[in-house]
Order: sequence, then C-alpha cells, then structure tokens
Amino acid sequence: MSNQSARIQHRWYVPVFASAALVLLPLSVLMLSWQSIDVTIWGHLWATQLPRLLGNTVTLLLGVGIGVTVLGVSLAWLTSLCQFPGRRWLDWALMLPFAIPAYVLAFVFVGLLDFSGPVQTLLREWFGSGLRLPRVRSTGGVIIVLVLVFYPYVYLLARTAFLAQGRGLMEAARALGQTPWQAFWRVALPMARPAVGAGIALAMMETLADFGAVAVFNFDTFTTAIYKTWYGFFSLSSAAQLASLLLVAVIGVLYGERRARGAAHTGNERVRGQMLYRLRGWKACAATLWCGLVFTCAFVVPVVQLVVWCWQRGRFDLDGRYLGLIVHTLSLGGLAALVTVSLALTLAFARRLAPTRAIGMGVGLANLGYALPGSVLAVSIMLAFSYLDKALVIPLYGKPLLLGSLTALLLAYLVRFMAVAYGPLESSLAKIRPSLPEAARSLGLGGVRLFVRVYVPLLLPGTLSAALLVFVDVLKEMPATLLMRPFGWDTLAVRIFEMTSEGEWARASLPALTLVVVGLLPVIGLIRRSARRIGQTQ
Amino acid sequence: MLPSKRLLTALALTLFANEARAADEVVVYSSRIDELIKPVFDAYTAKTGVAIKFITDKEAPLMQRIKAEGEHATADLLLTVDAGNLWQAEQMGILQPIRSSVIDANIPAQYRAASHDWTGLSLRARTIAYSTDRVKPQELSTYEALADKQWEGRLCLRTAKKVYNQSLTATLIETHGEAQTEAILKGWVNNLSTDVFSDDIAVLQAIKAGQCDVGIVNTYYYGRLHRDEPQLPIKLFWPNQGDRGVHVNLSGIGMTRYAPHPEAAKALVEWMTGPQAQKIFADTNQEFPANPQVQPSAEVAGWGTFKADTLPVEVAGKRQAEAIRLMDRAGWN
Repeated sequence: MSNQSARIQHRWYVPVFASAALVLLPLSVLMLSWQSIDVTIWGHLWATQLPRLLGNTVTLLLGVGIGVTVLGVSLAWLTSLCQFPGRRWLDWALMLPFAIPAYVLAFVFVGLLDFSGPVQTLLREWFGSGLRLPRVRSTGGVIIVLVLVFYPYVYLLARTAFLAQGRGLMEAARALGQTPWQAFWRVALPMARPAVGAGIALAMMETLADFGAVAVFNFDTFTTAIYKTWYGFFSLSSAAQLASLLLVAVIGVLYGERRARGAAHTGNERVRGQMLYRLRGWKACAATLWCGLVFTCAFVVPVVQLVVWCWQRGRFDLDGRYLGLIVHTLSLGGLAALVTVSLALTLAFARRLAPTRAIGMGVGLANLGYALPGSVLAVSIMLAFSYLDKALVIPLYGKPLLLGSLTALLLAYLVRFMAVAYGPLESSLAKIRPSLPEAARSLGLGGVRLFVRVYVPLLLPGTLSAALLVFVDVLKEMPATLLMRPFGWDTLAVRIFEMTSEGEWARASLPALTLVVVGLLPVIGLIRRSARRIGQTQ
Repeated sequence: MLPSKRLLTALALTLFANEARAADEVVVYSSRIDELIKPVFDAYTAKTGVAIKFITDKEAPLMQRIKAEGEHATADLLLTVDAGNLWQAEQMGILQPIRSSVIDANIPAQYRAASHDWTGLSLRARTIAYSTDRVKPQELSTYEALADKQWEGRLCLRTAKKVYNQSLTATLIETHGEAQTEAILKGWVNNLSTDVFSDDIAVLQAIKAGQCDVGIVNTYYYGRLHRDEPQLPIKLFWPNQGDRGVHVNLSGIGMTRYAPHPEAAKALVEWMTGPQAQKIFADTNQEFPANPQVQPSAEVAGWGTFKADTLPVEVAGKRQAEAIRLMDRAGWN
C-alpha cells in the first residue's frame, strides 16, 4: 500500500471511530452494570420467570421469522413477476403497513377481536352467549400481529431483489426446462437470499426489542423481564445485565445474516418487457385474494377501526395543540433523518474506500443500537450524555448542555436508527462498480465534483429510502422521545403513550391515526420512487 | 453579519439545553399524563404568573434522569402515582423534605412520607367491581374471599406488572404474612376466567361483556366508563368493611434533592394541597381529594362512602419487591 492511500484511509478513521464511540458509550453503560450482581433478583428470575420467558421469546421469534418470510417472499414474488388482476395497485399498497406502528396494530387487533370487542359481541348476539372462540390474546395472536407489521421489511427487500434479477434469468431457467415453481426455488430464491435474510434480520431484531405490542397482549418475553426488573424491582443494573444478554443474541442474529449474505451473489440486471408469468383462472384469483387478504388485515382493518374510534371518541380531543404535536413530530423525524443519513453515508463510504479491519469493526459497532429494547437504550444514552455533561461540558462551561437538549435527542435517534439508514446505503453503494469512479477520475474528475456528478445521482434512490425509513421509525419511536425531549416538544407518539398508559385505546386513535397519515406520506414517496424506477426500465 | 449571528444564537439555544433559567418558573417531571395535570398548572400560572414546565414519562426513567442530573438538576418536582413509586424515589435519595405547616395541615399524616420527602395529592381506592346482572352484593365480602371456590372461573384481574396490584399485594403481606398471602393469590389465579388484562378498563369491559363477574380495579377507571355509559351493568363494592378497610393508594409529589427553584416549588406544592387545586386535581380524574376538607365530585360521592385501610401507604413501597416475587411464585403474570 502506498503512503498516499494509507493517508486517505486514515482520513476515514475519524468519522467512523467517532460514530462507533457514540454507540459504544451507551453500550458500555450496559456493560458496566456487570460490576455487581444482585443474586436475589437473578435467583428469583431464574426460578420463576426466565425459562418461561425464554420459551415464549423463541416461539415468538420462530413464528415471526417464518411468518414474515412466507408473507414477504410470496407477496414479492407475485407482485414483481406475475400478472394478475389488481397487481398494479397491490404492488404498492402492500408497503403501506410500514406506516402502522406495532403497538397500534396490537391495540386495534385486541380491541376489535377480544371477547368484549365488537366482533365477538356481535357473534354472541347471533349465536348465543355460549359461543366460545379461540383466545385472542394468545401466542398465535401476537405472532399474527407482529408478522403483519414486520412483513414489509422482507417484502420490500425481496421485491427489489426479484426485480433486480431481471427476467432474462427466469427465461433462461424456463428454457432449461424448469417449471416456474422450480425456477423460483432453484434460481430466484437462492439469489434473493441476502435481501430476504436482511429483511428477516430486521424483523427479528424488531421482535426482540418490541415491548409495546407484547404488553398490549400481556405476552411475556425476555424484554418483559428487563422491564419488570427495572420498573418493578427498581434495579436498573440487573435490567442492564439482562439487556446486554439480549444484545449478545442480536449480535448472533446479525452475524448469521452476514454469513448467509457473504456466500451469495446478487443479480443486477435491467428489467425489461412484460411480466413474466401471466396468471389465469383460479391461479389469478388466488393471487389477488392472497395479496388482498394481507393488505386488508394489515392496513384496511386497522385504519378503518382507528377512523371509527376517532369519530366516536378521539375527535373530541382535537384542539389547537394538535398542530404543535404534528410540527414537532415532523421536525424531529426530518432532522433525525438528515443527521443519521449523513453519518451513515460517511460510514458506507469509509467501508468502501478504506476497507481495513478496524474500519469494518467500527462500522459494525456503530450499527448495533437498533436491536436493544428502546427504553433500555434510551436510559443508557441518557446516562451516557449525563456523564459527558459532567466530565466535559460542566468543567468547560459551568453547566450541563446536552441532557434535555434537542442535540441529545437527535444523537439518541442516531444511535438507535443508524442500522436502518446504513443498510440501504451500503447496498446501493455496493451496486456502483469501482470501475465507474475510476473511469471518471481518469477523465480528470476528482474530489467534490466526482462525488456530485457520479455518486450523488447513483446514490440518490438509496439515500432517499434510507432517509424515509429513519423518518418513519423516528415518528413511531417512544422511549427516547419520552425521556429526552426538550420541554414542550411533545409528539404524536408521546400522546399515544399517554392515552394507552391509561387504557384509553379509543382516544389513542386520534394521535395514532394522525401518525399513520403523517407516516404514510413518506411511504408513498418510497413507493413512487421505486415505481418510477420500474417505469423507467420497462 | 448581524442577522447570521442572531440566527446562530437562536440555533444554539434550541440545540443546547439550559437557556437561562427564569426565576419565576417551576419544572416538573410527571408520570401523570398531560391532560390530568395541565388544568391545575394552568390555574396556578393564571393566578400567580409562575410558569410551569413539565415532561411526562414513566416513573422509573424519570427517577433515573433526576438521579443522573444530580446537583445540576433541571426538575424541581417529581409528580407520580402510587406510594410504591414515591417510596422508591425516597430510597434513591433523589428527593428532599418539604417542611411546611400548610401541607401538614392540609394532608393527613397517613398520606405523607414520614420523612416529609413527598406528600399525597389525590386518593384512589383499588376495589371490587361486580356485574349487577350476575352477582348480588351480599355474595361479596373481602379481597381475600375472592380466592374462594365460588368465584372459580368468574374473576378478572389486571397484570401483576402494574404497580397498583403490587401495592395491593404488599398490604396483604403486611396484614397476613407471606404464606397466607401466597395462598390468597394462588386462589385468585385459580379463579381467573381468562388471562390477566393489560389495563383496568379492559377488566371492566370483560365484566360488562360477561367474560367474568368480578374484578379488582381503581375507582376512577370505573368512573370514566360510567360517565360515558350511565347504564353500565357494573357497580363498585367496598370490601373488608368489617376489618381493615378498602385499599387506598394515592398520587403524590416530592421536591428533588437539588431543585433549582426550591422556594417556588414549595409554594406550588402548598397551593396544590389547598382547596382550589385539590378540587381541580381530583375531579379531573374522578379521584378523592387527599385534603379531607375538600369534597369529592358529585359523581365520585355517588359511589358511596367507605372505610379506608389505615395502613401507612409507605408499606406499598417497602414490600414492593417482596410482593412481586410472591406474585411471580403464585403464577400471576
């Protein structure tokens, strides 16, 4: 390696290690908790809780993993490669559930379907009060809800992968005598494996970290033990110990995903011509029904129920302060998206241009924040910032500046959602062949102009989807927003928290519906962008 | 370049916290939600001109934040529900006593910390709710009796993760000792008609829908449902009237150890225990004023009078961990 390139590589160390350090700060707060172990709490948890909770967690992970794979892959396959009635709008409609937070679908599902809800009440009126249906607040119920909210991760990524493979490949498989079914199993799916794997990993991390949805069902998972230890036993250190074990599990999931991705090759062909498989008769009918059913359950039903509740109860809460909530929600989402995407882009470039081991590890560390339960991460970040305030700011400035500031909240979002932005950016950067910037450089284009004229146009779609994902996630985020928002910065999620913590599901519909509507705009943006890309290539 | 300088200053003020603290303001961290505290605060601001800033969150994170801020505190007051939580805050050393003859005169000693670290503001009974269609009030007597065979498959409970149930259990332990309490709790769990619910409203709705016949809820949840639906086929029953009385808990407030505006904060707390604030504060959530000179709203008074348990509410905090362990052993999730 020449001296000059070594110097260029060193330039990347600063941003990479700075972001890694930012994530490491809260993580080390977790690790420091191991200094003392509360034997009473651990003994009690082990004797009465952990075996059951671990069992529940594993069941949930398996159920959600299988569910999102089946739903995500089948829907992506149908909408990207088959032609059937309704495909055109189902193709984008199936992404809309992205805008619905897990806790919202959970409380709609339970409110609608539980024993005292309208559906069962009506059924009892028809069939008599002796009617007994399967339990709604059950393992199966939680799995269904989480699958319906998390499948879009797999759908979105698998769809992009299937589209990128192009039809030439499928036509080749067909020419070699493979049935469509065989072509799917032997060619398309193996090639889409990295994308599907990344989607499943995101869904699983969300499942591991979820507390809101499982709390509505009162379904106890490992996260429940963390909260019980903190909120009940008031032992933050034991809770942090449990959380750090969860982190180890997450690193396992991520490692598995990386390994699976490492072995596979992705296609990158331009899409041409008509849809590959024109479904007819019962097949077309079944495809429409299947896609329509998922869309109805994951989006239409919850939105209609929210609208009904809003009309019955929520609308009476509408006052002048609502505008403020919306403005705060949008500003936080927008600022956080800007900050997070900028840094994620820097990391992705560092990884590409300076592929050293140290950079790789730094980038890996910087992405770890996503999978921790929100509250634990939020309090770790809060403690870390409070430490920084005391160690650095107060000696210099005389009083704390970080905690309670907008900056601290934005940094907290950065730590939490870095992985969400980094994924799409890294993959879209990987699609740019190194020969392209090299050619540009040989033509005398360098530095900023190279970036603006070569990279920016090629990275724009990936950057936009990264920004939109972060934006939507920040809108839905609760624990860090609650704990670290500056005075007066209440958001829609804060209002949802306040209503649901009082069991006022129907009144939570107003902020929840507003959140869905506000979150929909970026999802529609995402859709239009990907639709345009397909439009250009068809 | 003046405009850009001004812009930078404005930006710095938003991006970084702790803009110059006004002398006439009080800062509150509250686990009681916006709509239940804002009316009182607005009334105080209108009366005195003192601005009140607050954020809402769950109690545990708020306490952790107060602890982390330490002597560079932002918050003057911690407002929360349940004596268990207030007791924990006291144990964490994040509160300081308010010595005030006004508060002592307004709030009975039973509803204040012995250390003066916090004082109760409103009271709520955690009592039995029953279906008027399927239960006669004569069948009911005590919390303990809900463990009897006759209630098998007829009881609904909220999750044991909620502090209200932990405090109730703590007072049972204080009264009966661990072994007997465990037997009572096992009886309750055995009598459950369905999995425990995540909130009290769901318990009441299950009673209404016929999923179960009796449940244990906080009075104001019943109040909310009853206000929307006066024909609600559910009534409240006051148990243990022959012995210790109904379990009563409270919402309360305490001053943080390093409160930046201690005088203003003390004045606010004194005012909050007085007649005008007590009325607004309790009525907003259909609770009982902690100040016995203030009458509850007509709705709340309509539920009837009862004998309340006279155990100091601090017991809930002292025995909270014990109560959780016992609930876990009894299989109350």
